Amino acid sequence: MPNQLAPAEVWFPILTQVVFAVVMAVALVGVGLALGKRVKNKVKDSPYECGITPVGSARNRFSVKFYLVAMLFILFDIEAIFLYPWAVVYRELKLFAFFEMLLFMALVLVGFFYIWKKGVLDWAVDETSDEKIQ
Amino acid sequence: MPGNYMPSAAELFRFSPELLLTAAGTLLMIFEAITSPKQKRSLPVFAFLSLLAALALAVAASSDPGPAFNRMLQVDGFATFFRVLVMAIGAVTILISTNYLKQAEHEGGEFYSLVLFSVVGQCLMATANELIMIFIGIEVSSIATYVLAGYLRDDKRNNEAALKYFLLGSFATAFLLYGVAWIYGTTGTTNLSGVRGVLLDPQNAPNAILISVALGLVLVGLLFKVSAVPFQSWAPDVYQGAPAPVTAFMATGPKAAAFAAFLRITMWAFEPVKNHWIPVLWFTAIATMIVGNFAALRQSNVKRLLAYSSIAHAGYVLVALTAASKTGTEAAMFYMVSYAAMNLGAFAVIAHVARKGERRVEIDDFAGLGNRQPLTAAIFTVFLLSLIGVPLTGGFFAKFYVFKAALDSQLIALTIVGLLNSAVAAFYYLRLIVIMYMQPAPEGVDTLPEPSLGIRTALVACSLATVVLGVFPSLVLDIAGRGASFIR
Amino acid sequence: MNFLDLIWLIPLVPLFGAAVMLFFGRRLSKAAISIICPGAVGVSLLLSIAAVIQLAGLKEKIHQVTLFPWLPLMKVDMAYLLDPLSSVMILVVTGIGFLIHVYSVGYMGHEGGYYRFFGYLNLFVFFMLTLVLANSYPLLFVGWEGVGLCSYLLIGFYFNRKSAGDAGKKAFIVNRIGDAGFILGMFFLYQLTDSLKFTDVNEALRSARFGVEHSFGLLSLTALLLFVGATGKSAQIPLYVWLPDAMEGPTPVSALIHAATMVTAGVYMVARSNALFQLTPETSFIIAGVGAATSIFAASIALVQTDIKKVLAYSTVSQLGYMFVAAGVGAYWVAVFHLFTHAFFKALLFLGAGSVIHAMSGEQDMNLMGGLKNKIPITFRTMFIASLAIAGIPGLAGFFSKDEIIWQTHASPLGSNFFTVVGLITAAMTAFYMWRLMFLTFYGEGRMDEKTRHHLHESPKTMTVPLMVLAAGSVLVGWLGTPKIFGLPEFFRGFEGWLEPVFEPVKALASEGAEQPEHAFEWFMMGVSVVIAIGGIYVAKYMYTKLRRDQRPSGGMLYPVLLNKWYVDEVYDLIFIRGLSLGGGGLFAKFDREVVDGGVNGTAWTTRFVSTVSMWWDTWIVDGLVNLSAFTVRALSFPVRFLQTGLLQSYALAFVIGLLAIFGYYWVR
Repeated sequence: MPNQLAPAEVWFPILTQVVFAVVMAVALVGVGLALGKRVKNKVKDSPYECGITPVGSARNRFSVKFYLVAMLFILFDIEAIFLYPWAVVYRELKLFAFFEMLLFMALVLVGFFYIWKKGVLDWAVDETSDEKIQ
Repeated sequence: MPGNYMPSAAELFRFSPELLLTAAGTLLMIFEAITSPKQKRSLPVFAFLSLLAALALAVAASSDPGPAFNRMLQVDGFATFFRVLVMAIGAVTILISTNYLKQAEHEGGEFYSLVLFSVVGQCLMATANELIMIFIGIEVSSIATYVLAGYLRDDKRNNEAALKYFLLGSFATAFLLYGVAWIYGTTGTTNLSGVRGVLLDPQNAPNAILISVALGLVLVGLLFKVSAVPFQSWAPDVYQGAPAPVTAFMATGPKAAAFAAFLRITMWAFEPVKNHWIPVLWFTAIATMIVGNFAALRQSNVKRLLAYSSIAHAGYVLVALTAASKTGTEAAMFYMVSYAAMNLGAFAVIAHVARKGERRVEIDDFAGLGNRQPLTAAIFTVFLLSLIGVPLTGGFFAKFYVFKAALDSQLIALTIVGLLNSAVAAFYYLRLIVIMYMQPAPEGVDTLPEPSLGIRTALVACSLATVVLGVFPSLVLDIAGRGASFIR
Repeated sequence: MNFLDLIWLIPLVPLFGAAVMLFFGRRLSKAAISIICPGAVGVSLLLSIAAVIQLAGLKEKIHQVTLFPWLPLMKVDMAYLLDPLSSVMILVVTGIGFLIHVYSVGYMGHEGGYYRFFGYLNLFVFFMLTLVLANSYPLLFVGWEGVGLCSYLLIGFYFNRKSAGDAGKKAFIVNRIGDAGFILGMFFLYQLTDSLKFTDVNEALRSARFGVEHSFGLLSLTALLLFVGATGKSAQIPLYVWLPDAMEGPTPVSALIHAATMVTAGVYMVARSNALFQLTPETSFIIAGVGAATSIFAASIALVQTDIKKVLAYSTVSQLGYMFVAAGVGAYWVAVFHLFTHAFFKALLFLGAGSVIHAMSGEQDMNLMGGLKNKIPITFRTMFIASLAIAGIPGLAGFFSKDEIIWQTHASPLGSNFFTVVGLITAAMTAFYMWRLMFLTFYGEGRMDEKTRHHLHESPKTMTVPLMVLAAGSVLVGWLGTPKIFGLPEFFRGFEGWLEPVFEPVKALASEGAEQPEHAFEWFMMGVSVVIAIGGIYVAKYMYTKLRRDQRPSGGMLYPVLLNKWYVDEVYDLIFIRGLSLGGGGLFAKFDREVVDGGVNGTAWTTRFVSTVSMWWDTWIVDGLVNLSAFTVRALSFPVRFLQTGLLQSYALAFVIGLLAIFGYYWVR
């Protein structure tokens, strides 16, 4: 490294980030507590307010849409994670990395466009046209 | 390590076939999403033309051979040979598929897009000069093929095939990747030329045990891809279950690419320690030929029969690899070309006869084909004769050169086993010919429609290739010879 | 016109005929087919004659035409070679081929698949001509495989008969085993001489680089491997089993392929490779031994067969044995000479038999014939001549060639008196079984049923004219190779002189230290063989015209052995099937279960045991070699099927075991 920085200067951005994160989290929860309406019933107390009942037979059939969404989530999630290593070497690779990432994003977008058009994201499909999910 | 990462124009040109195919595959997905069903008819045409364009680019790129992307790829005669081969296979697959998909009421751009992506992966495997690139190539090719194997989602057999292929494929690739890790740990590089350099360097020769472990793991991955014994068990189930055009593709394209990678790894990177891998391949070759041929004898399902037959053929190619010589490499390259021609053709006939739902894939369904469709039967006979290895077909010279290479390397026992095996193999191919010509079609059999334009084109192309390879083998052999000289 | 440069047309014209049949045959009328296909072979015949005449005018009697480079890696071109040896062969193939085509027009007239039959037949002629005109081993092999394929198609021509299909398959598979030897031999030859062109190979083998190999070495091995190929194609022990079964095909096919041409390809190949075999006395001895064994063995089976075509089939195997004896003792020209004469009279015999079968409404059992002499006189007279010829009556073709073989076994430095004795015994048997056939078929009372008797008729002109031409040939062609001691003009010994350029340098090697045999002894030997031939005929006449059926000597213990062809098919079965099935456990378990279950009840036990055994006997012993392969396969595929469970876990387990095996290997080494 070209010039040695004092320890405080090195740690300062991290400290800022930690403080900011904590404040943010506390603030969001606090605001919710302060302003939200309290309702208490069976549904509200269950672990997942919407979706699958956690207790009961494990052999229930679910709509295939759950799986599709789960798969798509994993796909896009992993693609997003790919940004981290990219960010690490970005400075070294300079413009090349920029164009590479543009290309990558474009490809991801094509995929997104494809599933959108194919109707995978439409949760409530018309019963008469359930052929739409290809 | 700093440096200019921006690839030069020459490098991009060398990589242009893959770039083109990727772009075409992506475009196909967009088209699929936005076009009307009627417009979708032109999607296979688009895919076919882009394959031809990529093929032209690959030929053009061979005029300026050299490395690309930090020596991760090596565009040379060898790479061009296999690139052109897998692209041609892709193109023929598209010809076979269109009508099949129409009958199955599953037309869609995705199919062609997946074929293109798979071909891209196979091209990568052919050009890779780097273990990681080979791995990426295998994955790109395989994942697309997994999906293709299960393309008809409503078909149970398709589902089973896809799942089996996927699970076992991942299992095998894990071995390969683990082997790559060991190689990196032992030699400090994953570049094939680098590995070769380390192995050649007498000063710091790596530990023989570590190299053996690494090599063993990599071999498992590769032997799986070429369906060699004992890693062959997936092939019959998957080939039988997948749609016939996809089987045609799986049996030829990925296998050709896998042999390309196999040759680069054994004959280039690990050539200095060939005493380590020759005995392994020797045993595998014998086991593969025997298991493939003897299991095929008992099959009544034609797809399964050809699946075992393709295992046996992998055994013959392994004989050429065991020879570990330039002649052996040439023989293997030639073998893959004629193998591709005759197998694509044979599967095209099966796809044609099987028709919707593939209910007609038993041997008896071919009864009387000689009378019902003489030309189709005659062309199928050409493929079968070539598979037997009758002279004046590509299959004959393929075997001829393989055994010549083996004998040149003093592999006498292997040659004898191979020759006897090819005698046994005649038995089950002949059964098909007998049934076609010497058994009348059963009463009340429904009429077989004339083959579609695509199938006809594919059949003519494949049978021409099979015969030309048998009459003028030097046409391809010369190119193979020049290609093989790159990797010694 | 220079016909020598057009020799490539000779095979190509029949190929054209075959192509026409493939593409348009279905739409052509019978008349058109009857003109195109025999016509194509006729054109080839004319071209062959013209080319051979021009060849005879050349000083150096060899001419090669290169069409295009073919296998640069092995320095082999697609090229045809015409020399004295191949000219003999093309004349036989096109000449007799043409006659048989004409004959088939009549014979196959009532059969379905007319165009298919002629298409195959023309294709066969193409491959056969390619075989004999090839200038290199690989191209010869192309023809070699091609004729095998056509033979397979033609044997199985009556596809509604299962036995026909099985016989075709058996022929193909047995030949593939021989081919494996041939290919291997070819590779070794390439390693030795660095070429596969006949001219280069011979030149190399005759050069100083190679000497006579007195102990069994690489040269002998190469020669032996080539000979293995020849045993497959030319039906010699142990690979002869397919030829008798091949009689399932139409009779013209038996005449053309399984008597006159294809089966002699092995003899041709050995003669063609004479430079190699000359250097390997050990292998030559094996060849002569196998030939002698085959000739006497097959002749003994022919003694008792009752199917007219089966007799001729075993006779062919036996005569091919003679040819190999000749080749084995180094008398290559005699081998080719016998091939040449045999082609005439054996084709005639088969075609005559076809005419008989035709007259008999398809019946082939000689026990149901008899008294046909006056019913079908032309057939009778021509077959009479052929039977005299094959028996070795002086003046006819068979006499000169067979006698020369027997003489050479004595006179040649590679010969042995053992072969002479075997040759003479076989000659006696030959005379006997041929005349047994004649007497059973044509003499005595007719034993056929009324309907057949009523239907007896002489065959049409298209069938009888070829018979007459072949009969003339059976008389005349032998005069081209009369023995030296006859003292006739050079022309009557023309055959040897014609082939001299092909074999001459070899002979120089062979006759080293050979003493000049005495003339008186040669006359004596000739006398012996004539007496033997007449004796054989006389015994046959006595047994089959004078004696009633129940008076004939039965041959005692030997009769069933011969009738069942020495139980060779059965022995093959026993060795392979029984051994394998017991090893595989499947049959053993079945047997065990049946027997043990039955043991509960004594009576049932006996009954079941007997029925099981007899069923087993019927199923496995009687059915022959094709079932053998099926069973072998079942036994061998058992472990494979065990592994192919369809379960992913077991597949993955196989992977791991495979990996461990590789590691284990590295561990051990």
